[in-house]
Amino acid sequence: MTLMKPIAALMLAVLLAACAQEAPEEAAAPVAPAVGSPLDPASIEFFRAEVGDRVLFATDSSRLDAVAQATLGRQAAWLLDNPARNATIEGHADERGTREYNLALGARRAAAVRAFLVAEGVPAARLRTVTFGKERPESLCSNESCWSQNRRGVTVMATAPTS
Amino acid sequence: MTRRSSIASALALALAALAAVAAPAALHAQQNEPLRIEITEGVIEPIPMALPRLQASPETAVLAEEVRRVIVADLEGSGIVRIIDEAAYLTGGGAVDARPDLENWRVINAEALGVSEAAFDSDGRLAVRFQLWDVFRGEPLGDGVAVRAAPGDARRIGHRIADQIHLALTGEPGYFDSRVAFVAETGPKNARVKRLAVMDYDGANVRYLTDGSSLALTPRFSPDGRRIVYLSYATGQPKAVILDLGSGASEVLGSFPAMSFSPRFSPDGSRVVMSLASGGNTDLYSMSLATRQLARLTSGPGIETAPSYSPDGAQIVFESDAGGSQQLYVMPSAGGSAQRISFGEGRYGTPVWSPRGDLIAFTKILGGRFHVGVMRTDGSNERLLTASFLDEAPTWSPNGRALMFFRETPGPQGASAVWRVDASGRNLRRVSTPGAASDPSWSPLLP
Repeated sequence: MTLMKPIAALMLAVLLAACAQEAPEEAAAPVAPAVGSPLDPASIEFFRAEVGDRVLFATDSSRLDAVAQATLGRQAAWLLDNPARNATIEGHADERGTREYNLALGARRAAAVRAFLVAEGVPAARLRTVTFGKERPESLCSNESCWSQNRRGVTVMATAPTS
Repeated sequence: MTRRSSIASALALALAALAAVAAPAALHAQQNEPLRIEITEGVIEPIPMALPRLQASPETAVLAEEVRRVIVADLEGSGIVRIIDEAAYLTGGGAVDARPDLENWRVINAEALGVSEAAFDSDGRLAVRFQLWDVFRGEPLGDGVAVRAAPGDARRIGHRIADQIHLALTGEPGYFDSRVAFVAETGPKNARVKRLAVMDYDGANVRYLTDGSSLALTPRFSPDGRRIVYLSYATGQPKAVILDLGSGASEVLGSFPAMSFSPRFSPDGSRVVMSLASGGNTDLYSMSLATRQLARLTSGPGIETAPSYSPDGAQIVFESDAGGSQQLYVMPSAGGSAQRISFGEGRYGTPVWSPRGDLIAFTKILGGRFHVGVMRTDGSNERLLTASFLDEAPTWSPNGRALMFFRETPGPQGASAVWRVDASGRNLRRVSTPGAASDPSWSPLLP
């Protein structure tokens, strides 16, 4: 819980700065910098497009950098605002490792994302993890520009809210 | 190793190879030694062999020709024999029970001659009799064989005869009457469909075991060849699954919540060793198939995966990043203190213990390239056999003399294929599959 307050404060500052520059007349959305978004803030589409459903990792690493931590802070806030939503966190790796190792690495990345969200207050029971290793790349070229996009943790909402 | 010393050792190897090429035929002929080639880690010069058409009736001629084609492909593919073109033969092979006029084969420099007959048994099965001859010594080589099978299994007759020829020429069993489990791949790179399949070792008789509705990965044969363990996403989570080839029944191994992957049988078939991932930590466990009881083998915070038993079942080689990067370790099969065995540059994974017990094959990642290599079980004498954008996941032939692995090409259209290479590094060949294929697992010789 100790992480939550500084991150929330940081986000609020970012949000206020953004509002001040771009849309001073509009009231701030409660959790995300989604000013002007036509999407329903409780929708999965909003979560993907405005909150951000993924974090990226360095090669052979499961460390959450500052950008990843900011994204996960927004995810946690959104999950707390939408308590009926459960999520599965997918851990993925690029194609530059062996299959079994990458499955383990994906599990490690998914667990790192889950641990961060739980530390932010999201109940652990709402978050499952699964590893796909290198089996499901999204970017298909074979150089760093694609590999960096494939080393990812993706928070996938269950399609129907659970009660 | 410095460049200078590697050139020196390459030269030494080349000289040894030249000597080996020059020696066998001449020595064999001069000293009247039995025809025999030693499969070593050096270069082997294929033995020139004549294989006249099987003596057959009009009814068996077509099947007999298929048997012959299989024998030729097996032996030439193994690199131990070069079949002399039929156009050079002065005569046919004659009957198996008759003594061939070996002078007819000496003059075309055939060192070995295979004589065979095909006939239908009274029960409708195809029966092939075969005898190998040492042409220069003028004697039969090895025992004659008689192999029977349903006409639809004519290829297996060919494989078994080729295995007999391999045994007679090298003193070691072949690997031809065997199967390979693999993953058949279709669809685009970001939505690949991966189906479990089995085929003959040469790519014939492909049979699919899963329907492709969920990912199937890393199949491994049981020591008796009747079951396969593999990784299935059928439940939505990666789970080790055991499949009975006879009945087609499959079952998730265990009922724990953790993800489980990288399963492999123990040499006696009684246990499956695998990785369980829980809370981001991946450790090794072995499960008794009789009781489904799990025994934990490792407990560190690192990734421990890709376990493979030694043939005597006493030890397990596996990969771990406990030392900071992916490396190979050996530990007692009940767990305990692990010794690191890989110390070269780069990362090492997917170790597999040779059925002969002498070598461990592995994948090595070095400088952005992937290699399949072998080392002694203490990590010494590392040799890289292949190199490409992605070579991965070696599996041993039943006799421990060859390996299959998969090679994937880069880019959005990249695709996997199964390849084979001798443990010496010679004789690299692509294995014929109907489409893209990965994760080969070579079965034991069929019963």
